[in-house]
Amino acid sequence: MDLAAEVTRRARRVPVWVIYVLGLAPMGWLFWLGLTGGLGPEPIKALEHRYGLIALQLLVAGLAITPLCRIARVNLMRFRRAVGLLAFAYVTAHLLVWLLLDLRSLSLIWQDLVKRPYVTIGMAGFACLVPLALTSNDRSVRALGPRWRRLHRLTYVAVPLGAVHFVMLVKGWQWEPLAYLAAILGLLALRLRLVRSAFQQA
Amino acid sequence: MAKKTRNLTWADVTPETHFLNRRQILAGAGAVSLGAIAGRGRATEGLEPNSFEDITSYNNFYEFGTGKEDPARYAHEMTTAPWSVTIDGMVDKPGSYDLAALTDGMTIEERIYRFRCVEAWSMVIPWNGFELRGLLDRVGVQPGAKYVAFETLYRPDEMRGTRSRIIDWPYREGLRLDEAMHPLTILATGLYGKPMPNQNGAPIRLVVPWKYGFKSIKSIVRISLVAEQPETSWNMIAPNEYGFYSNVNPAVDHPRWSQATERRVGGGLFAARQDTLMFNGYEDEVAGLYEGMDLKRFY
Ligand code: HEM
Repeated sequence: MDLAAEVTRRARRVPVWVIYVLGLAPMGWLFWLGLTGGLGPEPIKALEHRYGLIALQLLVAGLAITPLCRIARVNLMRFRRAVGLLAFAYVTAHLLVWLLLDLRSLSLIWQDLVKRPYVTIGMAGFACLVPLALTSNDRSVRALGPRWRRLHRLTYVAVPLGAVHFVMLVKGWQWEPLAYLAAILGLLALRLRLVRSAFQQA
Repeated sequence: MAKKTRNLTWADVTPETHFLNRRQILAGAGAVSLGAIAGRGRATEGLEPNSFEDITSYNNFYEFGTGKEDPARYAHEMTTAPWSVTIDGMVDKPGSYDLAALTDGMTIEERIYRFRCVEAWSMVIPWNGFELRGLLDRVGVQPGAKYVAFETLYRPDEMRGTRSRIIDWPYREGLRLDEAMHPLTILATGLYGKPMPNQNGAPIRLVVPWKYGFKSIKSIVRISLVAEQPETSWNMIAPNEYGFYSNVNPAVDHPRWSQATERRVGGGLFAARQDTLMFNGYEDEVAGLYEGMDLKRFY
């Protein structure tokens, strides 16, 4: 049995909206848990962290879809846009928790932005994602043509920035953020190889 | 240890009158019920303690993992009886002291202290313990001693977090001798009138309320009196971020985040930050220890 073909075949039967619904559910659920004490005695930090982590996981997943298709022949390309937009939604929620629940003061926000490299880097990651989210619709893809692909290479900048942000904010050198960073760099290396072999074939 | 000779204002700790009322003299390891102490007259101090639940479910104790819930989940794997503490270095009576011997004759008091983590969160905790200086006096500090070094238990099969090499185990902390002798500095054996929960550093831990929480080392197995400033774990990991002193100071930021404000744990999803106080609110009591020191340099 061809597992890759099987996965691809089954995935084809899943409508994309299911991904959006499943993907957004944890956002609401976590907020609800935070409200009702389910995230422990410090729900603001917990929510900030959980949204940040899900955002990063979705970004990694988004980055994995293309190589999964090209190398492993598991075709989940139909979900790539949904995964990317969900990642953006979580980064935005993460940012909003920080702005509206955690800091709540323009002067604190400004100080953190300019004085804390990990915040600056996270913000740079977010800034890279904004144009990508805005152009993640059929109209933009059509209107931008080949420029769309070039623009969307910003992913290769945004995602590692998110991981570096994570590495920087924990105390000491912890394995978890480093593992994300390593996975991302690995996926990017695969990407480079794919691009290069495409050139060679051309 | 006569209270009357003390020059402290206890406004932010426990007013002396209340203190004497509620104080109970306990012998032994603090495992005796302090039920009668807990829950009395707290409002008068203006410091409302966090719930037992908050205090025992949100902890940093990397020996059990880096997550805030890890200690509550895994610290029960640590054996705390029998327990002995090695006291060595420049002392008259060095030795390995059984916990009961250590606390024998000490007055176990309740101390309601602010607790400020270097990560900018805080709690108020009703500790039960005794002054470290009482113990130091008893073992006889020799003239050359200038610092006190502490070590936490390191027992890998009971401490799953130690598999990670994030810290060069065992966890180490230290104080200058005058800080250690300060009457606010206690060895705590319990909280809320209960024996110290494992995740909070059972059976005996240090509490230095004007310093960031990581200075208040948990589950102590060794106390050494030494002449030189000892190595301390977080300082060894990142000397530019965690100084030896690590006094709570809103004017000296951590390189990666501001220390000007903190959030009291337990306030829910909409809890606002509050201003961090100099020396965590114990400025009147401890500022004298640092007279003439540049606190930006000796952070
Ligand atoms: C690409 C975008 C971003 C990603 C992938 C990301 C991811 C993360 C992750 C994984 C964490 C740690 C979660 C944990 O400890 O479990 C985190 C924490 C955090 N992030 Fe982000 N983040 C991003 C953007 C931002 C932005 C734009 C800001 C604010 C300007 C921000 C502020 C923070 C803060 C304040 C923390 C918590 C730090 C603490 O522990 O105090 N992040 N982020």
